[in-house]
Amino acid sequence: MSADLTRRTAAELADDLASGATTSVALTQAHLDRIAAVDGAVHAFLHVDAEGALAQAAASDERRAEGATRSALDGVPIAVKDVLATEGLPTTCGSKILEGWLPPYDATVVAKVKAAGLPILGKTNMDEFAMGSSTEHSAYGATHNPWDLDRIPGGSGGGSAAAVAAFEAPLALGTDTGGSIRQPGAVTGTVGVKPTYGGVSRYGLVALANSLDQVGPVTRTVLDSALLHELIGGHDPRDSTSVDQPLPSLVEAARRGATGDLSGVRIGVVKELAGEGWQPGVMARFTEAVDLMVGAGAEVVEVSCPTFVHALATYYLILPAEASSNLAKFDAMRYGLRVLPEGVASPSAEEVMRATRDAGFGDEVKRRIILGTYALSSGYYDAYYGQAQKVRTLITRDFDAAFAQADVLVSPTAPTTAFKLGEKLDDPLAMYLNDLATIPANLAGVPGISVPSGLADEDGLPAGLQVLAPALADDRVYRVGAAAETLLTSTWGGSLLDRAPDLSTGSEGPR
Amino acid sequence: MPEITRDEVAHLATLARIDLDDAELDHLAPQLSVILESVASISGVAGDDVPPTSHALPLTNVFRDDVVVPGLTPEQALSGAPRAEQQRFAVPRILGDEQ
Repeated sequence: MSADLTRRTAAELADDLASGATTSVALTQAHLDRIAAVDGAVHAFLHVDAEGALAQAAASDERRAEGATRSALDGVPIAVKDVLATEGLPTTCGSKILEGWLPPYDATVVAKVKAAGLPILGKTNMDEFAMGSSTEHSAYGATHNPWDLDRIPGGSGGGSAAAVAAFEAPLALGTDTGGSIRQPGAVTGTVGVKPTYGGVSRYGLVALANSLDQVGPVTRTVLDSALLHELIGGHDPRDSTSVDQPLPSLVEAARRGATGDLSGVRIGVVKELAGEGWQPGVMARFTEAVDLMVGAGAEVVEVSCPTFVHALATYYLILPAEASSNLAKFDAMRYGLRVLPEGVASPSAEEVMRATRDAGFGDEVKRRIILGTYALSSGYYDAYYGQAQKVRTLITRDFDAAFAQADVLVSPTAPTTAFKLGEKLDDPLAMYLNDLATIPANLAGVPGISVPSGLADEDGLPAGLQVLAPALADDRVYRVGAAAETLLTSTWGGSLLDRAPDLSTGSEGPR
Repeated sequence: MPEITRDEVAHLATLARIDLDDAELDHLAPQLSVILESVASISGVAGDDVPPTSHALPLTNVFRDDVVVPGLTPEQALSGAPRAEQQRFAVPRILGDEQ
C-alpha cells in the first residue's frame, strides 16, 4: 500500500484524500518511508523534517474531518529546494557559509504552501547558491540521478527533480535562473516549469541573479505542475518585481491540453537550438514529439532567433555580475559562518570577512563572484556588462519576432542526457553548455516547461521537450506541454518513469 | 581579448573580499581566462542604438500604502548572528591600528 501511494500523482492523491481512500498522515508516512529507503543512494534531501511533516499531515486530516480543507492539495506532501527560506527549518543553499542557518521567516511561496495545508517533507539538495547544472557544486555532496546513480540529476535543482523522480515526494518547489528547474526535469524524466518572470513571488528566495530568478513547480505530470503553480503564483506586495495581474487558468489549460488536441496551435521550432553538440538520441525524441503534435493538429513553422547563439555569453556576464553583488551580504557579521584568519592576533572585520568567504564558498561560487567583479569593474563595465544588457534586448526582440509567427516555441530542453558525475566538474565551460536551450527564456522573462520526450537510443536515459510561450501566457506552456505528455505517454503505454530502475530493491526496472 | 592574469585575479579577489591561496589562484586564473575568452564573443553584437535591458519585465515606481506591519523581533533578527551582544550584532574591530 505504502509503495502504491508514492507512485500516485499529486492530483490522484488529492482525489484519494477527498474520497477518504487515504489520509494525509498515511501518505506523508509513505513518502517518509520511501525517503528512508532510497535517499541514502539518491541524496535528494539535505534535511528531512519527519516530525514536522507528520504534525502538518495530522492537522490536515483534522481539517478534512471538520470539512475545512484549505486547498485542493491540502494534505499532499511537498519538498522544498534549500534556496527558499523556511522558518525554523535549516536553509543552507547548498553552501557551508549558511550551514545550520534557521531562517526567522518563510519565503512567500513557502507561506502559501503551508497556508494551503501541504506538509513539508524537507529541503532538497542543490548546487551551491544555485550555481551549476549537476548538483555537484553542493557543499554537502552531489545528488544522484535515479535513472543511473552514477550520473548527474541536473542542476541546480537536482535534489527537487530527483526527489520527485525517485517517488520520494509527489511535488517539489524549484527555482530557475538559467534552467535549474527545466534541465533537471529533462535529465530525470520529470516535469518542471519556469513561470513568467514576476509571476511567482521571489520574497524569501535567496537571490542568485535577481533579474533572472524564478520559483516554479517540479512534478511528475503537467497537471500537478499546474495545480502547484496556481497555488504559489500571483502578486506579492513584498516582491517589488511581482506582476500585479491575475494568473491565467493553468489547471484548465493543462486539462484542455490533456485531450491531446492541438488544432489551430502554431508551434515554432527554433532553428538555432539544434545542430553541433546536440546528442542524436535527444534530437530523435524531439523530432518524434514534434511529429506527434503535428498529428494532433498543430501547425509547425521553423523560426529563427539569431541572437540566441549569444545567449550563453550574455548570461555568463549578467549572472556573475548580479551574483557577485548579491553574495556580498555573506559578510560573517549578521548570519552564517564566521571564520577567524589563522595567525592573526586581533583580526579586523575585513580580514574576518575574507577568511570566512574563502572557507565558506566553494570553487564555482568563487569563480562566478570573481568573474562578476571583473565584469563590473570600471574600464570593463561597458565592454562586458553593458554589452550583455544590450544583447539581452536583442534576445527579447528575437522572441517577439518568433512569437509573431508561432503561439509557442519548442526545442529539446538540454542538448544531452545526464552525464557521469565528475565528468565536467572542473571544466566550467562544458558545464555551462547544458543550459544552452534554457537560458534565453530567463533573459527574456518568458515562461517555459520541460516534459519528458522519451529515452535516448544511445544510453536509454531520459530527454526533455521544452515549450516556451510569451510573457504572461503561462497557460500556453501548460496546454501544449499537457498535449505532448498525453500523446507521448500513449505511445509509451504509460509514464516514462515506469521504466526507471526500482531503487528500493536495487534491481533494474523493466525496460 | 585581454587575458586575465594571476595578479588580476588576486586583485579581484581582494575587491570581492575572498582570501585565495596560491593553489586557488593557480587553479582559477586559467579557468577564468577560458570563460572570459568565450563570453567576449558578444562584443560588437549590439550597436550603440540598442537600449540595455536590466529587467525582463520593466516595472517602474512600484508603490504600496504606507501601513505599519509587524516585522522581525530583535531576537529573530539576531538569531542567526555569529555573535550578538546587548541586542546588537557583535563584529570584529572595524578600524586599523593607524586609525
